[in-house]
Amino acid sequence: MGLFAAIRRVGRIAEPAPPRPESSAAPTLVRGSLQLRHVDAGSCNGCEIELGGCFSPVYDAERYGARLVASPRHADGLLVTGVVTRNMAQALRDTVEATPQPRVVIAVGDCARNCGEFAGGYGVLGPVSDVVAVDAEVPGCQPTPTEIIHVLRQVTGR
Amino acid sequence: MSGPVLAAVLAAVTVLACLAVLAAPSRALPSVAGAGAGVVGAVGVVYGVAAISGGLAPVSVGWLVPLAGLRLAADATSGLFMVVTGAVGVVVGIYTAGYAAHGHMGRTPLSVLPLFLACMLGVPLADSVTTFLFLWELMALSSLLLVLAEARRREVRDAGVWCAAMTHLGFVAVLVGLVVFAAAAGAEGFPELSASAASLSPATRSAVFLLTVAGFGSKAGLVPLHAWLPRAHPEAPGPVSALMSAAMVNLGIYGILRVDVTLLGPGPRWWGLALLAAGAVTAVYGVLQAAVATDLKRLLAYSTSENMGLICVALGTAMLLTASGIPAVAAVAMTAALVHLVGHAAFKSLGFLAAGAVAAATGLRDLDAFGGLAPRMPTTTAAFGIAALGASGLPLGCGFVGEWLLLQSLVHALPAGGTMVALVMPLTVGVVALTTGLGTAAMVKAFGVGFLARPRSAEAERASEVGRAMAVGMGLAALACGVLAVAPAVLAPALSRVLPELPAGAGTPQPRLGALLRLPGVGGSMSPALLALGVAAGVLLAFGATQWRARRRPAPRTAELWACGGGALTARMQYTATSFAEPLQRVFDGVLRPDVELAVTHYSQAPYLVAKVTYRSRLRDTVETSLYTPVIRAVAAAARIARRAHMGSIHAYLAYGAAGLIVALLVAR
Amino acid sequence: MSAAGAAGMVLQVAATAAGAPLVVGGMRQVRARLEGRAGAGWAQPWRDLRKQLGKQRIDPAGTTVVFAAAPFLLAGTSLLIAAIVPAVTTASPLDPVGDLFAVVGLLLVGTVALTLAGIDTGTAFGGMGASREVTIAALVEPTVLVAGFALSVPVHSSNLGEIVAATVGDPGRVASPAAMLAFAALAVVVVAETGRLPVDNPATHLELTMVHEAMILEYTGPRLALIEWAAAVRLTVLLALLANLFVPWGVADAGSGTVGLLVGLLAVAGKVLVFAVVLAGVEVFLAKLRLFRVPELLAGSFLLGLLAVTTSYFLAAPG
Ligand code: SF4
Repeated sequence: MGLFAAIRRVGRIAEPAPPRPESSAAPTLVRGSLQLRHVDAGSCNGCEIELGGCFSPVYDAERYGARLVASPRHADGLLVTGVVTRNMAQALRDTVEATPQPRVVIAVGDCARNCGEFAGGYGVLGPVSDVVAVDAEVPGCQPTPTEIIHVLRQVTGR
Repeated sequence: MSGPVLAAVLAAVTVLACLAVLAAPSRALPSVAGAGAGVVGAVGVVYGVAAISGGLAPVSVGWLVPLAGLRLAADATSGLFMVVTGAVGVVVGIYTAGYAAHGHMGRTPLSVLPLFLACMLGVPLADSVTTFLFLWELMALSSLLLVLAEARRREVRDAGVWCAAMTHLGFVAVLVGLVVFAAAAGAEGFPELSASAASLSPATRSAVFLLTVAGFGSKAGLVPLHAWLPRAHPEAPGPVSALMSAAMVNLGIYGILRVDVTLLGPGPRWWGLALLAAGAVTAVYGVLQAAVATDLKRLLAYSTSENMGLICVALGTAMLLTASGIPAVAAVAMTAALVHLVGHAAFKSLGFLAAGAVAAATGLRDLDAFGGLAPRMPTTTAAFGIAALGASGLPLGCGFVGEWLLLQSLVHALPAGGTMVALVMPLTVGVVALTTGLGTAAMVKAFGVGFLARPRSAEAERASEVGRAMAVGMGLAALACGVLAVAPAVLAPALSRVLPELPAGAGTPQPRLGALLRLPGVGGSMSPALLALGVAAGVLLAFGATQWRARRRPAPRTAELWACGGGALTARMQYTATSFAEPLQRVFDGVLRPDVELAVTHYSQAPYLVAKVTYRSRLRDTVETSLYTPVIRAVAAAARIARRAHMGSIHAYLAYGAAGLIVALLVAR
Repeated sequence: MSAAGAAGMVLQVAATAAGAPLVVGGMRQVRARLEGRAGAGWAQPWRDLRKQLGKQRIDPAGTTVVFAAAPFLLAGTSLLIAAIVPAVTTASPLDPVGDLFAVVGLLLVGTVALTLAGIDTGTAFGGMGASREVTIAALVEPTVLVAGFALSVPVHSSNLGEIVAATVGDPGRVASPAAMLAFAALAVVVVAETGRLPVDNPATHLELTMVHEAMILEYTGPRLALIEWAAAVRLTVLLALLANLFVPWGVADAGSGTVGLLVGLLAVAGKVLVFAVVLAGVEVFLAKLRLFRVPELLAGSFLLGLLAVTTSYFLAAPG
């Protein structure tokens, strides 16, 4: 029972929760429960690694009611990372279209907010807000899990 | 009405119907043919009901059938089979009026239809060996004519050859069996046979049992004698396959019930075991083939084989339990057989009629090319859905009650049955359960992949709903399915008269098929009607629950499929019937033994890049390839050797004749 | 039909309906704790359901009434099963209406409804999920019925209430080898039927590994809520059934008063809790099996069931 011993030894990894931030102006319906679908619109994968960190045992975003799901049909929020490239613009619009109302679109990382590092690239169409309406933003290149979770908590209110 | 009058009416109506179809002007042909078959069926229903009510005098016409004359008698068992056959006939008649209008059946097959129906009504009436064999053969021949309705196509001719060969092999087995029986008993009337059966030697009885079960089993589609069934039923026109699958195969069961269970029986325990084993093998093999079949009508035909297997399991259980001295549970098993037989007739006729409707509307039978029929043919889709629900043996469907009774009889046989029963019954429960599970898979595939989703061919895309007559025919069959599913009590009066005639049900309390199904001597009850009500109530509750917060919801909207962001989906990206059954095919690889060819071509410059993958998989009937092919080859080889004797020279033939004569004289001396 | 039985039935339906999401939440919480996470809390599924019920419904283009009706049929059959099985009381007035075989059939009806909905979307993943689900369901069937057979033989009845009531009266039966084998077989069945590890991974996001999830990828809002709730109800009811078949003490009967019913409720809640925690704990140690390994697992459980029947016979009637 090596795994059992490991579980006993490690115990709780999740760090204590920071104080709850102010709620944002996101729709009140998604308070307490926020199912998220992630869209990579043209990221360098730095943001993805941080997103992975958010749902790891250390940061454990699930305790604030956020959860990743497989289909935008099940989702209330889209996590968009990276600049919107020409090839991904339509896919992004389709994904937003496939998400039932009320929904929030969260632009994660500087690229998603203002093209960041990749501004002016030949394949770049623009930041996320040029393509779809954005409800919340996470600044930083790359944003840390703490910063991402801070914004998520503003939406879920937990 | 008395027996002779009813028999005369049936004969007269049949002759009139055949003549009317032959004489009708082309424009009226479909309606006349439909009406003819419908009226023959209706007379059959009336005759059958009269037979169940009892008191019909036997009919004997000395001059009609060569050698021994025509002898007819109707007891409740005959009556039950006649009612089923007649009811299927009525439904098929109405349906044919619409189906024939599409020009799918010519005048000849249409004129044979009433005759075929009448023969099927006559077989249960037969009261002597000669009459039985005469009507049996007439039925076989007329069914052959109907199978060959579209003889221009090669597959139809192939199917016809298989059908003719196997039917006649079966006929020979029945013939020999019955002749041995009659010779040993010294009489050929069924009452006399029944009286003297007990005095026969065990060896004779067992020989007769084996021969007749093989013969009747081939008609009912028992493995390994089923090979004609999945060929002939699909190739026949829709109404004919419905008649064959819902009525004719039943007569194989009738033969077993009449000759082996009633006249010969009650037999030793191994008879019951043999029948049970044959039924179990058939059920599993049939349902497995149905689960991987892609031709809708072939799938339904295999499902027929499966259900006949289940009925044989029930019959075998009844025989086994009678021989083991557990009559109360034997009566449950016998009830299961009869209830399932009636239920099967209802859902299988509906299934074949719906498949025929699709074939008439699109010309398709291949499920891989179906799809998207639900919005285009809503009535047909609903009809097939009801049939599929019945065929999968789920609650709310009309196959459930029969399977439930069968399971109950298997479970409750255990405590009193001895070691043999204790070993056999759990395995049989496993077999029945596997059959239900795989049957569900087959029917989900047939209904889901066939009728839902999006069209996968231009023909399916262009499909449109069939006409009123066909819809009414299917509607009647669907109604029967519905009634049998929620109120099996409608069968109670008939069963209460049939069971006492059979060894398994004589002198024991019978299962009560009221609103609550109760079984004698065992705890265990079920109510299909209340289950249906309960599901309805549950659905309503669930609907009510979703009304919570409904007013806060944004208005619903229609959107393109998400389909995991794959962009525009083409119909080719859907799961087809083949892909749907692929996991099952892999699980049962050892039994099905598919021919799979997989060829991967790489780019010559870059061996890690794949240029082309071809995959071809073909499923054949394993029993057929491993059992029949060698036999057919041997026969063909023998025929080739025999052909050498035919050199076309008149001298040689004269010499053969002389040699034959000398041999005959020598033997006769 | 006794008043206590009817009251018990209403109680167990209401308790299952309200408690099922909590069971799922509790199992997720156990898993989270074992993984070193804090977890979303055991009430999270109810928050999710509440939110989904307020969301917009999207009808995917080209779907038929089958897609629209399937969630309701799934939920309806699950509720009916919750009313039939002896969870709080063995005297449910619906007990004679549906026995073990009917309950198994009703479960299958719900599964079939969902598979048809998956096919109805016409997407590759819907068909894939349906095909896998049906394959598993077909192969589970023999095990359920044979294990049920083992349980109903000593009682001479396949009605669940009677089986549980008889076990209360004869506690020695639980310790018999037959009952243990049947328990092992049924436990595998519950895992397979409810799509838990190692047969299906309820938390997967990878479409290609999905079974249950793949069929419901197109559902939104209230219909999605109904499906998730019904799945929770099925899990809870099966756990309650498993618990009461083998640890029946505390369950109320036709003669119980208010106190008896409350004791029954608390007892079954406690048992389900223990079973759920154990199940969630074991799941942490398991990886999902390849689809084509699942039949081996099910064949093994079928053999256990078969052994259960034969031992029950040979032990009951030596010679
Ligand atoms: S914000 Fe930084 S880490 Fe994130 S995608 Fe852009 S460049 Fe990469």
